[in-house]
Amino acid sequence: MQLTLKVWRQDNPNDPGRFETYQATDVKDEMSFLEMLDAVNENLIEAGREPIVFDSDCREGICGTCGLMINGQAHGPQKGTTTCQLHMRKFHDGETVTIEPWRAAAFPVVKDLMVDRSAFDAIIQSGGFISADTGAPRDANEILVPKPAADTAMDAAACIGCGACVAACPNGAGQLFTSAKLAHLNLLPQGQAERFKRTEDMVETMELFFGSCTNYGECQEACPKEIPIDFIAMMNRDYLKSKLANRRLSGQKH
Amino acid sequence: MSNVILDSKIPEGPLQDRWDNHKFNMKLVNPANKRKFTVLVVGTGLAGAAAAATLAELGYQVKCFTFHDSPRRAHSIAAQGGINAAKNYKNDGDSVYRLFYDTIKGGDFRARESNVYRLAQVSVNIIDQCVAQGVPFAREYGGLLDNRSFGGAQVSRTFYARGQTGQQLLLGAYQALMQQVSLGRVELHTKTELLDVVKKDGVAVGIVTRNVATGEVRSWSGHATLLCTGGYGNAFYLSTNAMNSNVTAAWRAHKKGALFANACYTQIHPTCIPASDESQSKLTLMSESLRNDGRIWVPKNFDDNRPPDQIPEEDRDYYLERKYPSFGNLAPRDIASRAAKVVVDEGRGVGPLKNGVYLDFSESISRLGETTVFERYGNLFDMYERITDENPMKVPMRIYPASHYTMGGLWVDYNLMTTVPGLYALGEANFSDHGANRLGASALMQGLADGYFVAPYTVGDYLAGLLGQSVVPTTDPVFVEAETAVNEASRRWLSIGGTKSPEHYHRELGKLVWEYCGMARDRNGLEKALSEIPALREEFEKNVRVLGSAEGVNQSLEKVGRVADFFELGELMCRDALMREESCGGHFRVEHQTDDGEAQRNDEEFSFVGAWEWNGEGTAQTLHKEALVFENVKPSQRSYK
Repeated sequence: MQLTLKVWRQDNPNDPGRFETYQATDVKDEMSFLEMLDAVNENLIEAGREPIVFDSDCREGICGTCGLMINGQAHGPQKGTTTCQLHMRKFHDGETVTIEPWRAAAFPVVKDLMVDRSAFDAIIQSGGFISADTGAPRDANEILVPKPAADTAMDAAACIGCGACVAACPNGAGQLFTSAKLAHLNLLPQGQAERFKRTEDMVETMELFFGSCTNYGECQEACPKEIPIDFIAMMNRDYLKSKLANRRLSGQKH
Repeated sequence: MSNVILDSKIPEGPLQDRWDNHKFNMKLVNPANKRKFTVLVVGTGLAGAAAAATLAELGYQVKCFTFHDSPRRAHSIAAQGGINAAKNYKNDGDSVYRLFYDTIKGGDFRARESNVYRLAQVSVNIIDQCVAQGVPFAREYGGLLDNRSFGGAQVSRTFYARGQTGQQLLLGAYQALMQQVSLGRVELHTKTELLDVVKKDGVAVGIVTRNVATGEVRSWSGHATLLCTGGYGNAFYLSTNAMNSNVTAAWRAHKKGALFANACYTQIHPTCIPASDESQSKLTLMSESLRNDGRIWVPKNFDDNRPPDQIPEEDRDYYLERKYPSFGNLAPRDIASRAAKVVVDEGRGVGPLKNGVYLDFSESISRLGETTVFERYGNLFDMYERITDENPMKVPMRIYPASHYTMGGLWVDYNLMTTVPGLYALGEANFSDHGANRLGASALMQGLADGYFVAPYTVGDYLAGLLGQSVVPTTDPVFVEAETAVNEASRRWLSIGGTKSPEHYHRELGKLVWEYCGMARDRNGLEKALSEIPALREEFEKNVRVLGSAEGVNQSLEKVGRVADFFELGELMCRDALMREESCGGHFRVEHQTDDGEAQRNDEEFSFVGAWEWNGEGTAQTLHKEALVFENVKPSQRSYK
């Protein structure tokens, strides 16, 4: 099949950027979306034009590196699928496809379709861990984890940090990402000691970078790992509790 | 010219006591002195993130580098199956000794006993550590950890987190690392790629990097440098490795004097989705667990173009069941891979390109019911369908082997130090623990063992001897020269102005390496490769086209240097395969097989680690041999009939 691509090109973070139009010829059903772009890039190079910059790595839907807005949808039309796992059979001959980077204030464009998602690392850095220095732990089976808790923690931990939730959100909010990590750690017995400090620190760091959540629910629709917004409710409840718990712990009256 | 002496520094004493004795004998750095030492950690996969976090917890100043935009993107994240540990939670007779034995045997008796025993010992600590960090391993209803069995073992010792064990272990290590970043003990540099290792007076003193977002080239000095930069499976171009996985860090260390060992030991995983056409960029692994309930077959007849459901039983060849009646479809990875190659080479492959074999679930579905089969493998079936548009519940899967892991790598001693003092290699980047073949669920174990429990001790022992020495400043001529060379190389690539992309040459190189140094190798093919690879490299160096500039993001410039290193490595893989006149594990020399087509080792002549020394461009490397001594396990012929 043949496609017309409208691709966002932006030379550097300060460049205003523009759409450029390319023809993708000889596109096969079995190609992944990124392989289609690889082919376009090889043709561009052979024609002496600079290839389109986009991020990708594992191409198995687990590393979270790739992510494009395809016709206005984060990761494109297929539900529960990252850009790298999207295949061209989902498109038809003659179609025009618009390709943009994640659009969010917290994710500035580095070049073309590549964005800077270091705000996610800042959230994890503020509390997305369980303190356990190497070497000190007791035997693994001394900590019993009820199966439902372990399973739900795993559902949340499946987040790949791609940023589709932020890109899909009209407010550019980071709630789904943050709440997934909080649910993973706060549901486990090992995570209890730091639960309220973690919650307060991560939520407040998130708010330094991202917009506010107003329950559109676009994030869970866009999430390639289909992480539900129930975790946001859980985070909100824990955040309220943390404001009370942390005040008591620091000796203040409320 | 060589004055290299391969001293593996294996401690004295009984196997069981060596690591404990060694830990006791190592020099310590007192807590107040630890912060006077700077350690550079390159790579943030399981080995790198674990080592960086642990060294920082101990009090060293750590600088940590990754070319990804976040440490969490490292390719350890894609490991599916699980991680082995000798916990014996299932009371099925597992022990440290049994894990040690299975790993030595699985590696076809080409690994060091002492290293493997230590690996088995610390495996139990890894699980404790990961659980404490909150890794959500699978649980039983009583809240205890669940285990499953995996290839090459008769006990259930594999811990797992659904099909995403690598992801969860990496996130655990990443989170520990980010905590140390928040405490100011680790300085993290993302989007920063190593382009050279810097030595002064024979000792590693730092590295040169290029920032892949800004293009800035600069130097970093440290008292010790740890390369945790993964394997080189992308030498084949098509592999299950990530797009950016490369050999550059290890290779540039090799060119600075670190010996590169067992380059020909590569693992080809039997169950991947076959390539669909020329444009394919990478291959996708389907978990080995599918072979528990799937039957592998091809048509008996050549050019049988009927759809699989119209090929009657009598016209099907269940070749693994036929050749290996006792192991059948569960034959080990190297055996199953080679058997698939044989039938496809005969012309009995299936699919539009005739490059696959069927993995058929219909018998299991009729025995167990659709629901049970889908419960077991549903997520894999979905992934397969997304890629191929075929539903394995209705049509047999098509699979074919693909490059997956590399057992070879930088030679290291028992302390994980390379032949360059102060330069270490951890995880898949080193050659150490898997011999000629790696067992399933052992890669995660080794990466974390090296990072959490081995290097933090052994690096300290080295640093203790450097007390009072400051780092070499980055204004020193050794750094300035290295930076100049890096900039010069970029300028040269950008000025060639050829016609083909770096990707094109990578693909062409990969075809040669796969054809002649893939699942089966022979003298003629290897010699052919050794003449064709340099010819292709010459064309590449004259005709590659890298557009743009060295400022800012330039993915072609990143790629071209990596491809250049793959060219040199590809040659070494072939040379190593040619030298090793035997078959062992993942290295199958057609000339060396038993009457029934199995790998034939030659312990008399080849029970050694082959470590190659770089002698400069255009000169053949020198082979150094480290003899392998088996005091505890007697090497035997593996049999899976």
